[in-house]
Amino acid sequence: MSHHTQLSRATRTTGESTGSPFAPHSEADVETMLQAIDAESVEELFDIPSSVRFDGEFGIDAASEQEVVRQVAEVLGRNDSATEFLGRGRYDHYVPSLVDHLADRSEFLTSYTQYQPEITQGFLQALFEYQSLLVELTGLEVANCSMYDAATALGEVATLSQRVRSVTGDRVLVPDVLRDERRAVLENYVSGASLAVEEYPTTDGVVEPDALEDVLDGDVALVYVENPTTTGLIQEHLEEIGEHLAEADAMFCLGSDPVALSLLRTPASIGADAVIGDASVLGLGTAYGTSLGLFACKEEYLRQVPGRLVGASQDESGHRAYTLTLQTREQHIRRERATSNICTNQAWVALRTAIHAAVLGPDGLVDLAKNCHRLPEALARELDEIEGIAAPVRDGYHFREFRASVEPDVADLVSELYAEGFAVHATDADTIQICVTDANENQAEELVAAIEEVVA
Amino acid sequence: MQRHEQAVWDETGSEGYEPLLSEKDRTTVDVDYEELPDDLTRETLELPALSEPEIARHYTRLSQMNYGIDSGPYPLGSCTMKYNPKFTEDVAARTEAAVHPDRPEESVQGTLQLYHELQESLGRIGGMDAVTLQPPAGAAGEFTGILVAKAYHERNGEGERRSEVIVPSSAHGTNFASAAMAGYDVVELPGDDDGRIDLEALRSAVGEETAALMLTNPNTLGLFERDIEEIATVVHDAGGLLYYDGANLNALLGRARPGDMGFDIMHYNVHKTFATPHGGGGPGAGPIGVTEELRPFLPSPQVEARDGRYELVEPEHSIGKVHGAMGNWLVLIKTHAYIRRLGDSGLRDTSAKAVLNANYLASQIDLEIPFGPFHHEFVASAGERDAADFAKRMLDYGVHPPTTKWPEIVSEALMTEPTEAESKTTLDQLAGAFNAVASEDEETVAAAPEKTSARYIDQTSAARNPHLSWHALSDDA
Repeated sequence: MSHHTQLSRATRTTGESTGSPFAPHSEADVETMLQAIDAESVEELFDIPSSVRFDGEFGIDAASEQEVVRQVAEVLGRNDSATEFLGRGRYDHYVPSLVDHLADRSEFLTSYTQYQPEITQGFLQALFEYQSLLVELTGLEVANCSMYDAATALGEVATLSQRVRSVTGDRVLVPDVLRDERRAVLENYVSGASLAVEEYPTTDGVVEPDALEDVLDGDVALVYVENPTTTGLIQEHLEEIGEHLAEADAMFCLGSDPVALSLLRTPASIGADAVIGDASVLGLGTAYGTSLGLFACKEEYLRQVPGRLVGASQDESGHRAYTLTLQTREQHIRRERATSNICTNQAWVALRTAIHAAVLGPDGLVDLAKNCHRLPEALARELDEIEGIAAPVRDGYHFREFRASVEPDVADLVSELYAEGFAVHATDADTIQICVTDANENQAEELVAAIEEVVA
Repeated sequence: MQRHEQAVWDETGSEGYEPLLSEKDRTTVDVDYEELPDDLTRETLELPALSEPEIARHYTRLSQMNYGIDSGPYPLGSCTMKYNPKFTEDVAARTEAAVHPDRPEESVQGTLQLYHELQESLGRIGGMDAVTLQPPAGAAGEFTGILVAKAYHERNGEGERRSEVIVPSSAHGTNFASAAMAGYDVVELPGDDDGRIDLEALRSAVGEETAALMLTNPNTLGLFERDIEEIATVVHDAGGLLYYDGANLNALLGRARPGDMGFDIMHYNVHKTFATPHGGGGPGAGPIGVTEELRPFLPSPQVEARDGRYELVEPEHSIGKVHGAMGNWLVLIKTHAYIRRLGDSGLRDTSAKAVLNANYLASQIDLEIPFGPFHHEFVASAGERDAADFAKRMLDYGVHPPTTKWPEIVSEALMTEPTEAESKTTLDQLAGAFNAVASEDEETVAAAPEKTSARYIDQTSAARNPHLSWHALSDDA
C-alpha cells in the first residue's frame, strides 16, 4: 500500500499527470473509498443533469512547479524596471526581513477566520495588538481589524455616518483633489444609501477652514479631510476644522496612515470622529494596490462599526483570552441588516503591519515619519534650483511628496523621465508630483540629474 | 486515535497566556520635532520598544498558538480550506510584481498580461464571457455583481421598478448584506423539503420587481440544484438576472459551469477554490464573471489585449470602481500560478477528489446526514448534542471542527467540507474525531476543549463588556 502511494506520487511530480498534484490519493485509496460508499466510480457521485454537464476543455495545460515559476517570472519580467517616485496615497517604505519570516509562518498564513477562538489565540492576539496600535496612533477608542483598502474604508465610514443617530444629513463632502479611484468607490458604497457625494474646494489640496465652513449646512452627514493631503501637504488648522464640523453636527473623518500618525497631531485631539486610510504603508508597500484599509472611530459608534473586532475576554481557567466580538453586527448573523457585507478582509496584511510597527518601535516610527518630512523638503529645494522648475508649488510642510510646476510640457517631461528610468506623477497641465521616502532616496540625486538634463 | 496538544505559553504572573507586546514593554517617546510647528505634531507616542529577537519569539509563540491548514484538517463547510501550495507565495513575492499602481500601462505590460491571462482562464472555468478581477473578496464580488445587475436594469429603464433581490434562506449571510448594500429589498426564499429551491415558491416570488436571484450551486447542503435550467427560465422570463455565488465552485471544476447553467453573473472565491491562503481572514479575492450582455457594465478598468499589447479600458457603461486599485493583486498572482499548475486535468481531478472525500468521510461517521446526494460537502446533525459544544470537543482531537449550526434546515448542523487535499488516512482520523465525540458522555463534551492553547472562551461577556485594545485593559485595572 505505501509502496503504491510512493509510486503514484512520483509520477505526479513530473507535471504530466492526469490528476491534481495536491490531492494525496493513490489509486488504491480511491478504490477503497469507492467501495466504502458503494460506488463504481467517482463520476456517479455527481448529481448533475446531463444537459448542463461540461465535457469540453479549458485549454489550460498542466505544468510542473518549476515551469510555472519560470513562466510567471518571464511574464512579470516584461515590466519595465523604473525607479518609482510615485505616491498619491500609496507608499513604499523598507519592510524588514523579519516581517516576511514571521508572517509567512504557515500557522498564521494558512489559518481561517477565528471562528474557533480556543485554537486560534495566536492570530487573535496579533489582531488585538494591531487594533491597539491603531488606538494609540489615532487616539480613538475603537479600531477594527481591517477593511480592504482606503477607498472601501471611506465607503464604509460614509454608510456608518448614516447609521449614527447623532448625525442627520445626507451629503458626504470630499476634497476636490480626492483621488478619482477613491471617489468612484465611495459613490458605489453609498449607492444603496440615500447619501450624495459632493466636492468641497481646496487650495492646492489644502482645506481652508473658512472655505469649508461656507459649504457646511445642516444637511452634511460626513466630511472627509486628508492629512497629509493628496498633494503631499501636512494639513494645518485641523482643530478649527474640527470645531466647524462639530457645530454643523457632521461626522469628521480624517484620512491618514500609520507612519504619518506617528508624528502628526492625533485625530482625536483635533475632533475627528473616525479615521480611515491605507495601513499597508507599514508591512507591505505599494504591491500594485494590494492594501489594508485602516478603520478607527469613537466608541459611541461601536455597535455600528463594520468589519471584524477582536476583544479580550476570559477562558474557563480564568486566563485572559481573545475572541471575535460583537458579531451580531455582522453579515453571518444580521444578514441584510448587518453593518456591512464584509467577511473575508485583509487580516494577514494587518498581521504584517503590526509586526513592522513592532520592529520599528515608537522611536523608529517617529524617526521614519520625520524622514518623510525632511526628504521631500530637501528634494524640493534642490529641484527649485533648476531653471524651469518651481518646487514646491505651495509653501507649507510636506510629507513624503510635493508638487512642482514645470515649464516644459508635462506629458513630454514625464515620458522623457520615464525613458531615463524614473516614474513621477503628471498631476495637471503644469505640475508633476514627486514622492520620496527611504525606499527611493538613494536614487534622488539621479532623478535630479535626469530632470536637469530633460529640462535643459 | 491521534494525540494532540496545542502549545501553551503561560507566563507566570501574566493574566493571559503569552503576554501582550504592551506587557513586555511600553515606552513613551516625546515627539519633539523642531522642524514642524508644535500644533501640527503629536505630543507623545507610547508603544512597545522591543528588540528583534524578542519580537521574533513573540510572534513565533503566537503562531504556535494558532491552527492552520498545515497543522491539520480544517473541514469548514463552504470555506474550502485546502492545502495552499508554497511556490505560489514565492512567485507573488517577486519584486517585479510589487509595482506602484499608478505606473503607466506601457511600463507594466507583464503585470497586465498576467492579469489578462487570469481574466481569460477564469472566464473559461466559469463559462462566462468577461471577467473582472477587481473585487477584493467574495462579498465584494457579490456587491459588484449586484451593482452590475442594477446598472443593467437602469440602462433598460427598469431601475426603479426592479427593487428586489431574491435570496434562498439557506444562502450565505453575505448575499443578503451585499444586496442590501446595493439598495435592494431582500426577499427570502424558503427551501423545499428536499433541501433545494422550491420551484413553486420561486414562481410566486419572482415578478416585475425582481432584479436578481442569488444562488449557490451546489447549495450549502452540498446538493446540486437539479432544476437549475428551469430556475433560470423562471427568473429570466420575469426579466431578472441569475447570480451564482462561487463559494462551492470546487465541487464543479471541469464538470459543470455556471455560464452553461444559465447564470448571468458569478463570483469566484479564489481563496477557496484556487487555494490561495486564507491568511487568518484574508486577503482573498472575488473576481466576477458575466455574460456578453453585461460586459459593458463591468468595473473600470478592464485589461484588454490588442496587437500583442495590454491596455486598460473603461467599459462603456461601467459601474465605476469597487476597489481603489486593481484588486488584491498579490492574491491574483497566486491564483494564476495555481490554475496553471493544475491545468485542465488537475482542475477536473480536484472536483473528483473533493466529492469523493466528502462522500467517503460521510460514510465513516456515526451521525445522521439528512440531505443528499451531496457533493463536496455535507451537513451532519449533532442530534441531541449542541453543535457548538460538539465542535469544541473535536478541537481536542487535533482537528478543526466543521462550520456549526448552519444551514438551519438541519438541526444542530455540522457543515463539513474536507476538500480534495486530505488523504484517506486523514479522513479516517477526522471520522475518528467525529465518532469519538458522538460517543462521549455529556460531561466530557461540556468540559472541552482541554488540549487547545486556551480553554472555553466566554464570548457573551466579551460582547457585553468589550475590551478592544490594550488601552482598554489597563483603563479597567
